[in-house]
Amino acid sequence: MSTHDVPHDSHDPRGLHDAHGHHASYLAPKETFWATVKDWATTVDHKKIGVMYLFAILFMFFLGGAAAMAVRLELWEPVRVVTSTTPSGTTTTEVTGQLFAADAEGTSIGPGNNVYNRIFTLHGAIMVFMVIIPSIPASLGNFFLPIMLGAKDVAFPRLNLLSWYVYLFGSIFAVTSIILGGVDTGWTFYTPYSTTTDAQHWRVVFMILGAFILGFSSILTGLNFVVTVHKLRAPGMGWFDMPLFVWAIYSAAVIQVLATPVIGITLMLLVFERVFRIGIFDPALGGDPVLYQHFFWFYSHPVVYVMILPGMGIINETIAVHSRKKIFGYRAIAFASLGIAAVSFLVWGHHMFTSMSELASTVFSALTFLVAIPTAVKVFNWIATLYKGSIAMNTPMLYTLIFLFLFSIGGLTGLPLGTLSTDLHLHDSYFVVAHFHYVMMGGTMMGLMAGIHHWWPKMFGKMYAEKPAMIAALIVFVGFNITFFSQFFLGTQGMPRRYASYVDEFQFLHQVSTVGSWLLLLGFLLHAGVFIHSLTQGRPAPQNPWGGLTFEWEAASPPIEHNFEHEPICRHGPYDFESTVPPGWKPEDYPLPPATAPVPQGVVVARH
Amino acid sequence: MTTLDTRPPGPGAPEKAPLWARYQHGHHWRTAADEFDACKLGFWLFLTTEVLLFGGIFCAYFIFRSLYPAAWQEGSQSLDWRWGGLNTVVLLLSSYTMAASIYAIQTNQQARARRNLLITLVFGGAFLCIKFLFEYLPKWTGWHFDPTLAHGALFHFVEGYGGKRPGSLFTYPFATDPHMPLWWSIYYCGTAIHALHVVIGMALIARVYVRAGRGHYGPSHYTMVEMTGLYWHLVDLIWIFLFPLLYLIH
Repeated sequence: MSTHDVPHDSHDPRGLHDAHGHHASYLAPKETFWATVKDWATTVDHKKIGVMYLFAILFMFFLGGAAAMAVRLELWEPVRVVTSTTPSGTTTTEVTGQLFAADAEGTSIGPGNNVYNRIFTLHGAIMVFMVIIPSIPASLGNFFLPIMLGAKDVAFPRLNLLSWYVYLFGSIFAVTSIILGGVDTGWTFYTPYSTTTDAQHWRVVFMILGAFILGFSSILTGLNFVVTVHKLRAPGMGWFDMPLFVWAIYSAAVIQVLATPVIGITLMLLVFERVFRIGIFDPALGGDPVLYQHFFWFYSHPVVYVMILPGMGIINETIAVHSRKKIFGYRAIAFASLGIAAVSFLVWGHHMFTSMSELASTVFSALTFLVAIPTAVKVFNWIATLYKGSIAMNTPMLYTLIFLFLFSIGGLTGLPLGTLSTDLHLHDSYFVVAHFHYVMMGGTMMGLMAGIHHWWPKMFGKMYAEKPAMIAALIVFVGFNITFFSQFFLGTQGMPRRYASYVDEFQFLHQVSTVGSWLLLLGFLLHAGVFIHSLTQGRPAPQNPWGGLTFEWEAASPPIEHNFEHEPICRHGPYDFESTVPPGWKPEDYPLPPATAPVPQGVVVARH
Repeated sequence: MTTLDTRPPGPGAPEKAPLWARYQHGHHWRTAADEFDACKLGFWLFLTTEVLLFGGIFCAYFIFRSLYPAAWQEGSQSLDWRWGGLNTVVLLLSSYTMAASIYAIQTNQQARARRNLLITLVFGGAFLCIKFLFEYLPKWTGWHFDPTLAHGALFHFVEGYGGKRPGSLFTYPFATDPHMPLWWSIYYCGTAIHALHVVIGMALIARVYVRAGRGHYGPSHYTMVEMTGLYWHLVDLIWIFLFPLLYLIH
């Protein structure tokens, strides 16, 4: 677009109006390429920040996924030391099945696994800190929280931009550590190994500092969201008129604000321990390495609810809209979200049953069962929502069903881990690995995929190709189950986690799991293809392709810079499909169900 | 979208109002009062995160205190409560002057506000000087700072006094309890992270001082002054907890 085409209008210096005087979409480029770059680099628009986060998170997901593919490749064969004697009497020792060559230190199994250890640490650290924790809140939450509340932006737009840059800065620290050779401590950085491992000081410190800085991004985002929900709701929108996605993001934001500082101080103390040997985690000086575990899990358990609550929030939206039915038990789900956030702070010890006294373990086990209750309430309510709904079979609904299935398995397999007697056998085995992948990936990531497809038309103004996306979803589903269901069996049979090698009897299941990981890669590559095709050649999207009732469907696709032409007023509930014509739909296209009882005197049935 | 009046004032136009009177609140807020309320809520949430951050240190303190009471006793006694007490008084006074500056801004007494901000800064600096010169330096190295020049020079070395350092850096020769290094780790972590927050607070106050000089704050807009005040009060509050826990164990 040359500068001659766009008239420079002194009454519209920021170019917010297009040639017809309509407000331009937030995606509209500026006069020159560099002006557009500068616009995106200095934007305080929550939509642009959300989109930038989305692409960064998807990029990090592929990076962490590449590390996972490497892990699974190494596990194709156990490492075998084959000693053979030639007829002339010389004995040769050969190491087979070890994909990643040992360090210069030697070819024996021990130091060779150092590379493997660094790869799974990379996988865990990237996935936890750079993908899953920010995933939904920073991308879809940033984009849709203000719009769903009818606001023009979050409470503190400049703080939002700062959060984004802090996320980038922290990611750079972490990636630098990886480039310098990475860290082999596992993403949990347990002492005393993390304070004494021979990985050079600066690699460990950089990785820990990366996580520390990323924590600030999380805190500031959470803070922004809490204040936005309290202070920026549209007129007529009380707490119980908000979409349940907002309730979920709010609960997760509360956890982010309260829990993240604790990992902050923990990582700071870890850096001091590593660099200055201050001794609080060192038994030789009177310290306690288990203290680190307590501090670490005091944050890291609540943070798994930061991961899952927004995923559940998305499910609320997709399930209601794509079965065109009011959510069953709105208040139960809202309070369950808050309840999960509260109880999440009480159960951290279930990650450390083998490091605590029996009394402490018993208490934590009992509390852990408690947190299953509000979670189960939500799952039952979603299924009840589907019942007698008018279910549309598209990618968001498919991912919603996938979520329900995979998350339920993940949640149920948490029970044997929360039970002391069975956990003794399953602790630190592949059962744990399978469990958390089912909840984190089968839960949050599937929720993210559902949300991306549900809101893709709104965010980018383009439709995506439905059939290829559904095929990709099915491939992801099958690949996921093959990869991780086999790992439950590996775990119960005794395969320990984080091991680069194993006894021969586990090889078959490991190979099954590795083949599954290739299917997963295929599925996600297909999704990437669908996204790229949509952005470049997709059909323009209508204002409300799915018939949703929440405020984002009153905005244009994609929304204008300040979201709405006129401030929306909340006149109906977020899921009142029985009585409301969706915004942008013509009433004749949306026959409402006949009233089964006469409307009582004085009640106004809202027709949008 | 803010609309700044960029046209030059015509003949007979009123004198340009000070910056604070021309403040335009963020366009996503309906009123400036809404924006101020939201800023307060957000800032209190941020203060909560700071409390939780220090909570980790206090937690470690209590755990190790219950494990090694003798070390904690000995450690606390080797701290001079008079310097700590003086620092406490300094921070309390600085909180008063900070609050006074907010009140002055609210009543448009710009000079008085700036004066109080400056005094707050001086008190903050005094805290850091006392901490560094009279506490950290002698304990770490053995070099004492004496402005009265009673020993001839500004700094004089006292044999066998220094070496009170955290963890593996500990070299003090006369410790009786084997867990003294751990006490010093907790002492330095707690007070150093607190001192870092004092520095951050001083930076905020300095920025507010400079901007107050340019007329950014007045009775209808003083958000940043209020937020800085809240932060400074928190810094003071954390010291109020640190002081007795570190200095006053008997």
